[in-house]
Amino acid sequence: MAATIEIAALPQRVGRVIRANPVIPLILLLFALVALLEGLQPGIFNERWVGNTIRFAIPLAMLAACQTLTMLTGGIDLSAGVVATISAFVVATLTPLVGGPSAIVLALVPAILMGLVNGFGVGICRVHPLIMTLGTGLIGTGCLQVYQRYVINTGSEIPGMFEWLGTGRTLGMPNALFLFVPFAILILWGLRRTGFGRLLYAMGANEKATRLSGVRSWQVLLALYTMSGLIAGLTGLLYVGIIRAPSLSLANSLMLPSVAAAVIGGTSIFGGRGSYSGTIVGALILTVLGTLLTLLQIPEGARRILFGAIILVVTALYVRITDQS
Amino acid sequence: MTGVLNRYGWSLGLLAILAGLLIATRIIQPNFGVSGLDSLARAALPFAFCTAGMAIVVIAGGIDLSIASVMAVAGVIAALLMQQMGDASAGLVVLVVLAAGIGMGVINGALIVLTRGPDIVVTLAMLFVWEGVALLILNAPGGAATPWMRELVVGGLTLPGVPAAMTMWVPRAFVVLVALVVIIWLPLRRSKLGLSIYAIGSDQHAAFRSGVAVGRTRIAAYGFAGLFAALGGLSITLSTGIGEPIPGPYLLASVAAVVLGGVALTGGKGGLLGPIIAVFILRTLRLDLTLLSVDPNVTTIIEGTIMVAVVMAGGLLAMRGRH
Repeated sequence: MAATIEIAALPQRVGRVIRANPVIPLILLLFALVALLEGLQPGIFNERWVGNTIRFAIPLAMLAACQTLTMLTGGIDLSAGVVATISAFVVATLTPLVGGPSAIVLALVPAILMGLVNGFGVGICRVHPLIMTLGTGLIGTGCLQVYQRYVINTGSEIPGMFEWLGTGRTLGMPNALFLFVPFAILILWGLRRTGFGRLLYAMGANEKATRLSGVRSWQVLLALYTMSGLIAGLTGLLYVGIIRAPSLSLANSLMLPSVAAAVIGGTSIFGGRGSYSGTIVGALILTVLGTLLTLLQIPEGARRILFGAIILVVTALYVRITDQS
Repeated sequence: MTGVLNRYGWSLGLLAILAGLLIATRIIQPNFGVSGLDSLARAALPFAFCTAGMAIVVIAGGIDLSIASVMAVAGVIAALLMQQMGDASAGLVVLVVLAAGIGMGVINGALIVLTRGPDIVVTLAMLFVWEGVALLILNAPGGAATPWMRELVVGGLTLPGVPAAMTMWVPRAFVVLVALVVIIWLPLRRSKLGLSIYAIGSDQHAAFRSGVAVGRTRIAAYGFAGLFAALGGLSITLSTGIGEPIPGPYLLASVAAVVLGGVALTGGKGGLLGPIIAVFILRTLRLDLTLLSVDPNVTTIIEGTIMVAVVMAGGLLAMRGRH
């Protein structure tokens, strides 16, 4: 009798622990994956590998910030990958023409514009964010292809600052951390300590109640999606510094993992629950998992299936956990 | 009564727009005729099928984001099997592909019912899964389509006993579309299952309390969406001659056509006629832009903008309806 009660109580207790400190099991999972990798290929775990893993996890974690912030309100930003690609491509093609600093500013303009359009559609027209951002992503890809024809002869150059951020190392750690650490602190602080951050949680938890208590939800959504566009643009600038070869589909491959990173990190896709710290660990887990899949020579198709399955399983688990509470 | 008037009024309005667009096409390109109509119908075929599938799911109160990936899976299965099994068994291949489509749809529906997650999240995850499956089946565009099956959707209609000149202007692809939609949709709509689909779409709790098996009905709706998606994938393979594992822009196009066709995204309202006319409107518009020698990439931008605008207007209308 006592045993059955204990079994019945176990998922509840696990659920409570996960809800209180979602980062702890994630960090354990990360260490387990690293241990598995070390077991499969002894000697892989060294300072160089750690630096590289962090370097590639950073753009993913930044793009996943777009997903985390929008998911907190129950939305999603599927145009983030395209926005990052556009910014990266624009900065690389404009630098030879107008110089680094103005190219960076010009590259962030389309990112903010797309964010504004998303915010307009989601906040004012009440289109579902998934459909809205998918649509703007499609339009953005078309615009990029038209733009590409005008700059086909200019060649490409990456601003020195982002090349330094993307490829340099300080004390064995990637320079990208100089951008990422302040960024992460800003997001973590913004979500926990500012009114805007609280509003995002409130809107995700119960939008009607938030609206009835006097919040103009369309303003919050407009600001949120614009911010998400800006973050995606910034990610693109950093990512082109890491890859050093602009293309028309540069950051699109980060799109799916960025959703998965936020979901793994404990951000509920239904809104109202989640944290950016979880997302960062989620991005690290996915990067290590990517190395593992490459090592095991898993084809691209199976990778996508795995990412889809992760999103599905984690979502189903969250539904169960929230049902029990 | 006004509801019925409203419904057909919407479709009639769409038909008028379509007629206007076709006349515009004729003005832009004076020799637009039988072959132009044929290629228009053939290009619209996959869009029309996936829109029909999407419409059924939306009527049932859901949305299937994985529909384009399901089409890709069906397309590559068809291309691969037709290449390997030869001409004689092409009919069998079609049955296998349709069964696979229904299977994928049922899996989508069952996962939604089992996980109790929202449709939009579960089908987003399944979008990635089916995309991966398509890539595993065929890593790069390849395979082949059986020639006599291709004949089914290419060219004009010929009926025995009727002079060819009278029927030649009707594209075969259009006949195939109408026939299949009528065969599948009309009996479904009149059946108990069809009524249940409308019921769970308009109010799930009310439907549950009046004895509708909500879970089973939802799975069936996704199954029908899978069937139409398989037809769509099959028609892509038949009209291009190869299987393409990367899904085309069918998801957004189908959502836009469904909204434009008068099916509310909140569910429970509308039919298949409006959305299918909407597909032809969107395709004719693209054709006109191409005939005006607008750059194809610009055409994509215009098309995307129209779709987003349609969905936005639909959202505004739905909001006004709710208040």
